[in-house]
Amino acid sequence: MGVGRRIGKKQGPPEPLSEEHFANLKRKKGIPVDETPAELRSTKKQRTSTKSAKSGKSHGDVNAKKSVRQSNGLGKASSASKQGEKPAHRKSKKAPVAEPDSDEDSDQELIDEFAASDLDAPALGDDFIDSGDSVYDSDQEEAKKEKFVFSDDEDDDDEDREEKLTAANIEGLSRKLDKQMEDEAAENEAELREGALQTNIDGDKPHILGDDDDDDDELSSKTKTLLAPDLQMLRTRITEAVRVLEDFSNLAEEGRSRAEYTSQLLKDICAYYGYNEFLAEKLLNLFPAREAFAFFEANETARPVVIRTNTLRTHRRDLAQALINRGVTLEPVGKWSKVGLQIFESNVPLGATPEYLAGHYILQAASSFLPVMALCPQENERCLDMAAAPGGKTTHMAALMKNTGVIFANDPSKTRAKGLIGNIHRLGARNVVVCNYDAREFPRVLGGFDRVLLDAPCSGTGVIAKDPSVKTNRDEKDFQTLPHTQKQLLLAAIDSVNHASKTGGYLVYSTCSVAVEENEQVVAYALSRRPNVKLVETGLPFGKEGFTRYMGKEFHPSLKLTRRFYPHLYNVDGFFVAKFQKIAPTPANAVRAPSSAADKGTKANGSAKDQTEEEVVDRTPITEEGEEKDDDFGGFDDEEDQDYITRAKRNAMRRRGLDPKALNKKGAKKEKDGEKAAEKETEKK
Amino acid sequence: MRPLTEPETKTVFAKLANYCSDLKTLIAPLDDGDRYVLRLNHSRVYYVRLSIANMATSVARDQLLSLGTCLGKLTKTGKFRLHITALPILAEHARHKIWVKENGAQPFLYGSNVVKAHVGRWSEDCPEHSGVVVFSMADIPLGFGVTARSTAEARRLDPTGVVCFRQADCGEYLRDEDTLFAG
Repeated sequence: MGVGRRIGKKQGPPEPLSEEHFANLKRKKGIPVDETPAELRSTKKQRTSTKSAKSGKSHGDVNAKKSVRQSNGLGKASSASKQGEKPAHRKSKKAPVAEPDSDEDSDQELIDEFAASDLDAPALGDDFIDSGDSVYDSDQEEAKKEKFVFSDDEDDDDEDREEKLTAANIEGLSRKLDKQMEDEAAENEAELREGALQTNIDGDKPHILGDDDDDDDELSSKTKTLLAPDLQMLRTRITEAVRVLEDFSNLAEEGRSRAEYTSQLLKDICAYYGYNEFLAEKLLNLFPAREAFAFFEANETARPVVIRTNTLRTHRRDLAQALINRGVTLEPVGKWSKVGLQIFESNVPLGATPEYLAGHYILQAASSFLPVMALCPQENERCLDMAAAPGGKTTHMAALMKNTGVIFANDPSKTRAKGLIGNIHRLGARNVVVCNYDAREFPRVLGGFDRVLLDAPCSGTGVIAKDPSVKTNRDEKDFQTLPHTQKQLLLAAIDSVNHASKTGGYLVYSTCSVAVEENEQVVAYALSRRPNVKLVETGLPFGKEGFTRYMGKEFHPSLKLTRRFYPHLYNVDGFFVAKFQKIAPTPANAVRAPSSAADKGTKANGSAKDQTEEEVVDRTPITEEGEEKDDDFGGFDDEEDQDYITRAKRNAMRRRGLDPKALNKKGAKKEKDGEKAAEKETEKK
Repeated sequence: MRPLTEPETKTVFAKLANYCSDLKTLIAPLDDGDRYVLRLNHSRVYYVRLSIANMATSVARDQLLSLGTCLGKLTKTGKFRLHITALPILAEHARHKIWVKENGAQPFLYGSNVVKAHVGRWSEDCPEHSGVVVFSMADIPLGFGVTARSTAEARRLDPTGVVCFRQADCGEYLRDEDTLFAG
């Protein structure tokens, strides 16, 4: 019997360096320190005292009870050692009498009895035996206890005293610290005033923003002298900024704008979490400040490991039982899924158990269930997965279809397709055809699918917890090229769907990104380009509604039907799911270069009329703003703009390899249309 | 992708006959009028529904990586080699079976032969050098191989003696992923 396996029972590596250390350093340097270190210190004191008690224990004459009394703060350890006491007695009494062989049984019993709290007391028992005293009386022990306690107290006199001091005067101490801080703040203030700088420190209002970067520089130079960047300070500043932004009218310093706070928050977040500024701003704009903070925090912690039961091979209950027998702690992932199991702890590698190799489950993030659940493929349908690797969603579809019908699993990468084929075979999906096309070719390869799943390649801003390199990798260019591909893919997907399907005619678009550019904007684009599709309910039991307006852009109101998933709300990866239904065939002229299609569309097509109307609606708020700002911005010169626009269009067509002269032919018609639109606008006003 | 020629079909079925008791059920018409067929693509033999195979004809040869279940590979010398991917089909129609105990499953999945000590039970009357499908005690198919001894002979074997030579096991999904499915 050794020391228990639980962390904290053994003499493991030393505790991580607490913030207190840095706080002390800072205090020496004269930098303001916030409140938390004081509490930390007191707990640390308690901990050290318990430790000393423990170490005394291992020396021979022990008393667990005393340690219990001392370690009031640490509930777990105390309860464990309390429980541990009894077996120690029993064993120590038994040990000299019983033969080793028979002893084993009783040991087993003990272990069984106290398996829950893997004890350090048995180890204690060993110590007793070693010490040579063969018989122990509880009374005797008691006596020893008293004695030992006394000496113990004396040994740790200083610490104990300090502890008492902490315990009793914690209030006073913190007050002292407060005062110290206040003094420092006051000093700072005075210093700044002397420097003839404008400051606005007012009672309760937190002072966050640097004054022309003066004290910022001071601080940063000081922090540079310390080893670690001043994370604690950054964090407090972030929380303060969040607080101010939440209640701006009351908490903001006078003369400071919201933008200043936001930019300060942005800077701090970049420094604290290590994002590049572009991405941080993008993510920050998605949420109100408090939620954004929660989002960034959630990105620092890993999502739970989730496996999906392969219903082609087994049932969830059987699988759970088999894995529990292997020493895996798990539980159903939630009421919304009948196949998901969440893994808490595992003694075996989950990717190499016999059950895994036999295809009874697949490791799959909880968020990856969602698009397939939204798609809800039925038996005997023809389905398409446009970006299938590594096959989690494809095999999920096969399982839902019970291996009937046919699934085309496409992936543009041959190397990734190998993993896909492996998973398909391992999980026993027999109705899958794997192909290796650029998915944009798709309606030409084969069309008429009942359901299409497009899990588009994306920037991965929803899975930063899984892949932190996203924080620094993504720049503006990615957010232009990726949505471009996504739009093309989505149009290809729409065209591959069979609108006349009796059971289906559905399409699910999903990304593991939270950026609006890759989600709502792509969907809105598809709606405008393909009037023969409409958004429908995803049928998912949770998730936030998609944005219908974002940073001055207005999307179609039906975008409310799309669903967004955030790590800080549901503890799944950041995800976006939109479900379309195709209600009519794609008009023949729609599958062309966008500019020419738009030109033709205005001719007669009813659907194209919708387009122009929508565009008019989109434009209104912007023109209004323009009028307001006429004075300082100078207004727009439409005629001059028209010239630039036509030139840009011509260039764009040339780049695309089309004949730019074709533009002139329809120029006359377009002008008319433009006039009509203008008339409409004026009427509305 | 093309259907197998006559000699190719013969070699494939000759191999399958080692493991399966009834080959007719493999290609018998199904209830819905469909049936399973064998197709060859990139020297891999696939066992797939006819309807799916017909639909897959619209995919170009170079872009078609897999369809249905891959049974194995036709080598350049004209032999047929079964892959682990054929396991579900073999397990369904297996003639001889060996069940290995919990302590034997791990070594087998890591690529070693089955020794007598690990055998939980096996089907009677199994001759020497015939194909067997290896199961775990929970009836999960783990792989397949050929018997090293007949059942009667194996009874007299010492516990460390090999009773079944491994041919394929589920561990290959992890170990040989790159070579198993050549595109």
